[in-house]
Amino acid sequence: MPELKYLLFMGCVIPYRISSYEISTRKVLDKLGVEVVEMPEFNCCGLPLDPVNHDMMLTLAARNLCLAEQQNLNIVALCNGCFGTLNHVNKELKEDRKLRERVNGYLKEIGMEFKGTITVKHLIYVLAKDVGFEKIKDNVQKPLTQLRVAQHTGCHVIRPGKVVGFDDPENPTALKTLIKVTGAKCLDYMDETECCGAPIIGVNAEIPLQLAREKLDHIRAVGAQAMITVCPFCHMMYDLNQSRIERTFNEKFRIPVLHYSQLLGLAMGMSPDELAFKDLRVDASELVSLL
Amino acid sequence: MAETEKGEAKETEQRMVLKITDVDPRFKYEISKIPGAEKVMLCFQCGTCTADCPIARFSDFYRPRKLIRMTQLGLKDRLLSSDVIWLCSTCFTCIDHCPQDVGIADIIRALRNLSVRERDMPVVFKELASNILKTGYAYMIPELRLKKRAEEGLPLLPKANLENVAKLFDITGLSKILEKVGT
Repeated sequence: MPELKYLLFMGCVIPYRISSYEISTRKVLDKLGVEVVEMPEFNCCGLPLDPVNHDMMLTLAARNLCLAEQQNLNIVALCNGCFGTLNHVNKELKEDRKLRERVNGYLKEIGMEFKGTITVKHLIYVLAKDVGFEKIKDNVQKPLTQLRVAQHTGCHVIRPGKVVGFDDPENPTALKTLIKVTGAKCLDYMDETECCGAPIIGVNAEIPLQLAREKLDHIRAVGAQAMITVCPFCHMMYDLNQSRIERTFNEKFRIPVLHYSQLLGLAMGMSPDELAFKDLRVDASELVSLL
Repeated sequence: MAETEKGEAKETEQRMVLKITDVDPRFKYEISKIPGAEKVMLCFQCGTCTADCPIARFSDFYRPRKLIRMTQLGLKDRLLSSDVIWLCSTCFTCIDHCPQDVGIADIIRALRNLSVRERDMPVVFKELASNILKTGYAYMIPELRLKKRAEEGLPLLPKANLENVAKLFDITGLSKILEKVGT
């Protein structure tokens, strides 16, 4: 049994807007006996600057990895984008000597060196692999058997498949199994692995809104009472932007979008207040009243 | 942006006859030297990327296969001045599905990097870069949110090492680029 202790990489979107994800994750991990250590002096994972300057992305990511190496702890990331970037750069720098030399050339200027001694995991990997489904099941006090939900795993936690390699990128099952152990029913729907579109919303809003609308439509079609996400960026697209989508396309969805940590927290006997349900933009009180 | 009249005008322009003077035969070599873009010449135009691209389904202009073909042909100016290269949402479906392992999304990233170096970038990226330089975070986190963290029982948000971040902006050449394109 590995020691369940990780450096928490929070990223930027969570402290900026989605603290409900952080609050619920910290509570759930604590109760499962997973220790998270704060990460001093971390910076943006680097992903937002990849389109501008690839080397800048590599060095920002590598600096974060060096901070984790200094503490000799593996990273747990809550955001798909942060996970995808840190994990990809970590693997590339470990495998590609020439690239490592170039990035270490930059890092030398700030007194750091990438050594390649840690690994990067996403929250659902930690839950599915390190904690394990059995242990989570043991901690479920109030099985959510009344609920029928749909999951949105998102992109960077499964793709590129060759780089991530944790779940099947064509048919990811980790989040589905994590949902099933809470007692809730996880419904299949059309185009489950489709992107939320959020990364281009600053350049073109129309396309991401259409993509998100389509996903909400598919989820509504199978009768899901809620959508479950594991990324703050995806969450923003479906929760924060849901009223905008409704206005733009003259539709009513009213589908609550929960972080997986909130769903698990409910099953572990925590109250919606403790799990920051009040921060959700789409009202979930009807859903909660079913429990 | 790309779905506007401007985009339409550009699209019409792109459909015009190719002139030999528009083509830069060295461009494919320039691109294939960039990490991630090495396999650009392996694309045999099957179109799997475009067929499986979520953005292409909702855009009349964004076609990953076309961007790769234009790169192979060396239509550098058209590519680097096009709004369309900024529409990839980096879902990486094209990377997973490509039978030739071409790394389409990485090639589009390389095109964006070149376009930034030689021309300009969408304003949202200037904002993100400026935020990271000023705070270490991609977004300006309001004072109110920081206070609310304490009320919610969350630990203080760590302060980034701004000296380190500024140094990295300088040595990777990003500071110079930002200076050139203006904010």
